[in-house]
Amino acid sequence: MTTDKFCSMLSRSKPGPGDGGNTGSWRVLRPVINLEACIPAKRNKMACFHCWLYCPDSVVSKTIPPVINYDYCKGCGICAEECPAGAISMVDESTPLVEDK
Amino acid sequence: MENQTSILNLTEEEFVHPGNRACSGCGLSIVYRTGLKALGKNTILVVPPSCLTVLQGLYPVASTKLPCVNVTFASTGAAATGVRAAMRALKKADVNVVAWAGDGGTGDIGIQALSGACERGEDIIYICYDNEAYMNTGVQRSGTTPQGVLTTTTPIKGKLQEKKDVPAIIAAHGIGYVATASAAYPLDFYDKVKKATTLSGPRYIHVHTPCPPGWSFDTRYTIKVGKLAVQSGLFDLYEIENGEFRLTGASKNLVGKARIPVTEYFQTQGRFKSLDQEIIQKVQEQVDAKWARY
Amino acid sequence: MHIIESGNVAAATGVKLSRAQVIAAYPITPQTPLTEKLSEFVESGELAAEYIPVESEHSAMAVCIAASTAGARAFTATSANGLLYMSEQLHWAVGARLPIVMCVANRGIGAPWTVWNDQQDTISQRDVGWIQIYANDHQQIIDAVIKAFRLAQTVSIPVMVCYDGYLLSHTYMPFEEPAQSSVDSFLPTFAPTHFLDPENPGNFNTVTLPDVRPDVEGVIAPGYIEIRHTLHQDLRAALDTFVEIDREFKKEFGRGGNPLIEEYRCEDADFVAVCIGSLSYQLRDVVDGMRENDVKIGVMGVQMYRPFPDEAIVRALAGKKGVIVFEKALSYGNQGALYADIKSALYKSAERPFIHNYILGLGGREIKTQHLLDALTASCTSPDTFEDAPRWIGLKL
Repeated sequence: MTTDKFCSMLSRSKPGPGDGGNTGSWRVLRPVINLEACIPAKRNKMACFHCWLYCPDSVVSKTIPPVINYDYCKGCGICAEECPAGAISMVDESTPLVEDK
Repeated sequence: MENQTSILNLTEEEFVHPGNRACSGCGLSIVYRTGLKALGKNTILVVPPSCLTVLQGLYPVASTKLPCVNVTFASTGAAATGVRAAMRALKKADVNVVAWAGDGGTGDIGIQALSGACERGEDIIYICYDNEAYMNTGVQRSGTTPQGVLTTTTPIKGKLQEKKDVPAIIAAHGIGYVATASAAYPLDFYDKVKKATTLSGPRYIHVHTPCPPGWSFDTRYTIKVGKLAVQSGLFDLYEIENGEFRLTGASKNLVGKARIPVTEYFQTQGRFKSLDQEIIQKVQEQVDAKWARY
Repeated sequence: MHIIESGNVAAATGVKLSRAQVIAAYPITPQTPLTEKLSEFVESGELAAEYIPVESEHSAMAVCIAASTAGARAFTATSANGLLYMSEQLHWAVGARLPIVMCVANRGIGAPWTVWNDQQDTISQRDVGWIQIYANDHQQIIDAVIKAFRLAQTVSIPVMVCYDGYLLSHTYMPFEEPAQSSVDSFLPTFAPTHFLDPENPGNFNTVTLPDVRPDVEGVIAPGYIEIRHTLHQDLRAALDTFVEIDREFKKEFGRGGNPLIEEYRCEDADFVAVCIGSLSYQLRDVVDGMRENDVKIGVMGVQMYRPFPDEAIVRALAGKKGVIVFEKALSYGNQGALYADIKSALYKSAERPFIHNYILGLGGREIKTQHLLDALTASCTSPDTFEDAPRWIGLKL
């Protein structure tokens, strides 16, 4: 049995991102990090990262500063709710991204 | 058990791809992501129909970076048995064989196969994520739906019966490790899964996973709602290791302290809106009586 | 080695020789002695396999499905309600294209409870997509099990080896036990191209869409209907594959040659009695007697029922005067399933014989030779008096 034959006879999915498409399009509100309040950004050291820990979709990076992948962020707002520094605000999706300005 | 893992030393390696079909703010997504970090690469997953089937992706794209076999609803415990048997037959002993099922797939339709696997002492980890109803089919009541909860099959009066205590049923099999956890405390869950990987025989972890659409709360409150369930003393975090019960983490810290009234937890979710004072009072008394024993 | 044992032990011996790696089973009469024997083989160390005493037939097939997906050779056995309890899993095993082999000691279905033989259990599961092979004696049982493992892994489709409960499962007959070395050379190790592998992770049996969809590399993957179409095509092709496997088996072991249908005195026959299972050997005695009275009649046993060997059956029956189909099962509210299948196959034939249908032996009702003789005589002498509906043999009320 060849590999090709095998893959036409049953459902065996291969891992990859974006099965649900660009789930960033689900967002109504967009999380925006205020780097002046964000603990790792402000202190310039690995710290806090509640946003990274609680994100259901692993779209926040554990970096200084944390970066949100807007392609896939569904905009749930958990990061904003759990940020101990109140550094993340949920802004209306119709507001342009900073780099778009 | 003390937390051994902190946010800072929790691995950055991810085993779940973003862009999957889980709902926004999904409690399962949080524990799935965290649990797979604890299990690591050398793991085979067994999954029955549930929200996780959807999260995992539609053919031919998989959101999980681990090998997985999707199985029929009632068969999870037996299918995990089969994977382990094959691993023994093929001399691949060091693989984690992990069943990951919902509360209906575990406590209702899947309980026979799970009970059989526990009785036989199968060398498997079974993780039940409890979102307290059949969420994937549109929020129908399950055995683990709490009393009074509105679901699409208890639409007016709320569920008449009390929540089935599935971890206690599994613990009654006398297996070596039973634990509960919550999506609101992912590091506690991580440590319990990690500990399970170091043990053998049947290991059962029951994890409470708040569900924004099914429980009717805003997606941003998944962690807050999960924490309230624990801090009100309704859902307790514990381990039963070789028959010895102990509270862990946030629940352990509650012993001897004032708990948040259960009604504060109920008020955060639309599913409790038909609860009358009588039931709230009864639940509070049950919780108080339970905690008096701790 | 020549031994005298029960049909269940013949089956268990075939499983042992085939080196099954994972065996899961739940007790049900009349299959139980088969799995008892296998547990003995495993406990004694004669067979290096994992034996899982599951809590239900549904779980037995679950173990086989998962073990087979993980790359192990898997086996189970059941009967009657046990088969039906795993029906969902039968569909799953074939949709997942797993080379599981299962023995079914045929038994009637409750309600009302019956433990005795008929074939309603497996015949009712004819549409799930499993290959169904029926054995008529103990030699055929052990040989069919070995061939079934080879066929299953060649075509990636599970195979049922069916034999009549009690009549074969519990009776003792002599049979030849093939040498392990010969079986090893006939039956290669199960080595699937894809399995549950942490080094090459894949997600098996995921939800599949109505339409085709590109994979992560942009290659278009089939939708549900393509996957099912491939299954059907592969099942049809399995007829020829099984003929080839049977030919190789005969070369190695000296037995076989009738993989799809087994004909007895059919060559010059005007009439052919057709059935599935051990009844065909009882019919041989009746036919021998009728031959002495100059009735040109033969017997055809259907060995492989799914995929349906329609071409072989048409070759055997076209041009005959009459075909008389005896069945220990039926499609309730219609006709015998085999009768309907044969009638359908003969439709495209230019020379269509008359075809009659008899239902008999349900729930173990004794099949008397005189009843068979009377039925065949009636069919052969006054075929035009028959309606297109089954007649029942042996009713007492």
